[in-house]
Amino acid sequence: MKTAVRNAFLNLLILGALLGFLWWAPANLDNYKLRIINLIAINAILGLSLNLIYGMTGMFSLGHAGFMAVGAYVSSLLILTVEQKNTMWILEPIAPWLLHLQTPFVVSLVLAGLAAALVGWVIAWPVLRLGGDYLGIATLGFAEIIRILIVNLTPYTNGSLGLKGIPAHTDLWMTYGCFVVVLAFMVRLMKSNFGNVLRAVRDDEIAARTMGVDTFKVRVLAFTIGSFGAGMGGALMGNLITTIDPKMFTITQTYSVLMIVVVGGLGSITGTVIGSVLITVMLEWLRFVESPIRMGAFVVPGVPGMRMVLFSVLLIAVIIFRREGIMGTREFSWDWFFPKPAKTTQTKEARE
Amino acid sequence: MTKQNAVLKVKNVTLRFGGLVAVNGLSMSVPEGGITGLIGPNGAGKTTAFNVISGFYKPTAGSVAFMERPLTGLPPHKVCEAGLSRTFQNIRLFHNETVLENVMIGAYVRQKGTWWQNLIPFAFPGIAREEREIRASSMKLLTRLGLASQAATAASSLPYGAQRRLEIARALATRPKFLLLDEPAAGMNPQESLELLNFIRKLRDDFNLTILLIEHDMKVVMGVCERIWVLDQGVLIAEGSPEDIKTNPQVIEAYLGRDAHG
Repeated sequence: MKTAVRNAFLNLLILGALLGFLWWAPANLDNYKLRIINLIAINAILGLSLNLIYGMTGMFSLGHAGFMAVGAYVSSLLILTVEQKNTMWILEPIAPWLLHLQTPFVVSLVLAGLAAALVGWVIAWPVLRLGGDYLGIATLGFAEIIRILIVNLTPYTNGSLGLKGIPAHTDLWMTYGCFVVVLAFMVRLMKSNFGNVLRAVRDDEIAARTMGVDTFKVRVLAFTIGSFGAGMGGALMGNLITTIDPKMFTITQTYSVLMIVVVGGLGSITGTVIGSVLITVMLEWLRFVESPIRMGAFVVPGVPGMRMVLFSVLLIAVIIFRREGIMGTREFSWDWFFPKPAKTTQTKEARE
Repeated sequence: MTKQNAVLKVKNVTLRFGGLVAVNGLSMSVPEGGITGLIGPNGAGKTTAFNVISGFYKPTAGSVAFMERPLTGLPPHKVCEAGLSRTFQNIRLFHNETVLENVMIGAYVRQKGTWWQNLIPFAFPGIAREEREIRASSMKLLTRLGLASQAATAASSLPYGAQRRLEIARALATRPKFLLLDEPAAGMNPQESLELLNFIRKLRDDFNLTILLIEHDMKVVMGVCERIWVLDQGVLIAEGSPEDIKTNPQVIEAYLGRDAHG
């Protein structure tokens, strides 16, 4: 009980530090840095939702970009003003019912999540009968179907022109608020017995079924919850950039989220948070390889897209040399910082 | 003496895999509260019979009923809900989870609270209490099986014998009325097998179970089972008390082959 109080106190301390930072940052950091800090939170949300699907429940899904697209479009369509909608649809007129549909940003975020969850749920039924790599291929296919639908449903999505000038509501408070909610959700979920069941389905599906777990239902549920997170993350990302188009949500988008999860450690919440900081910062920092580099008399010409090549190398290196990622399946615990009288706590548990 | 009304009724179960008949017209009535055995040479179809009963295979013909309730065609998790639990010949634990978590997963099938209710414990105090009770009762079960001191270790790092016990603990956590044990004594030395005998009897008495086990170790089978069915090449060749089975010429033939002089 004592450690519970200590941990609660330390958690509050961290939360306080985060609040202090969020209060301090906007006035003291430039826009570029702020955007990266925002992206870290959004990527963490996306990473956590993919980790729930892939790391925790063991479903290799490559459909994240598709669910992000659903979320981003739903949210954006709900917050664009009527004038913006009128001027933007130039190929075909906008669907009349959509023209006047408007909600506050926070409501649109929740609806974005729900829409993505609904799509995820519908896709889950046929797709989750597959396992392993086949599931990856099928989800990849569905993500691409979603993207193609967006390109062609011009009255609703403005087709390949995308949506521009989305009213920006995304600041640090919004992104980190969502991040803290998602993080708390994941921590509680994975600590509950249902979290145990998710890991059981991942580790040995046959044994889980024997133990009375309706594994298909559990997998559909995890996939749907993960899709919700992806939709919300996609909506936040679209709103941060204020411009979305179907090209944004190709397989490369899925890969960068996948990389966060794999580098951090499949099945570790802590790992995903660390991974999202690391990958987001590195993606920006590595931009220097795309500009010309002088080495003495030589000038290496900059190649656009070079950092993605470097990232592929990094991903391959991680898979070869450290498959479990930074954290493996371990989680952060305050006990790391305190010498723990392990013996006494164990006997106490045994006595109960 | 045990009551003689049958809890598990297997009627004329046949299972074909293409041209191979794995189980052919198997009928058994397992008496309530008894410890019974299913034996036979390798490849006789014992584990297949278990897989039919526990819902992994749908029989080609025939039916399975548990306490007058038909089980035929139900998926494994429904069979478990009905009160049948089992262990596996090649141990199937959740290796990355701790010993305690393994047992808690077993208890999930009886858990009433849903996943989202546990996310907001202050709104559903009853559900949160249930979760704590599951933890406590799982711990109790571990104490009962002598695994309490290893509760926090990963299941994969347990020694072999303890893994077998943990698998039984996990099966018991589903609160079964009927327990199917697939070769519980596999890989044990005579001393361990003897302990297992007493342990199985105690399990039956303490948890009011009916137990059906597959076993190769004849000492265990003859020592603990009150009734035995013998399968050979998918066909039931004998049924009766250990004494009947020991002297049954067909059983001897199935295990040892036909006498060259006879």
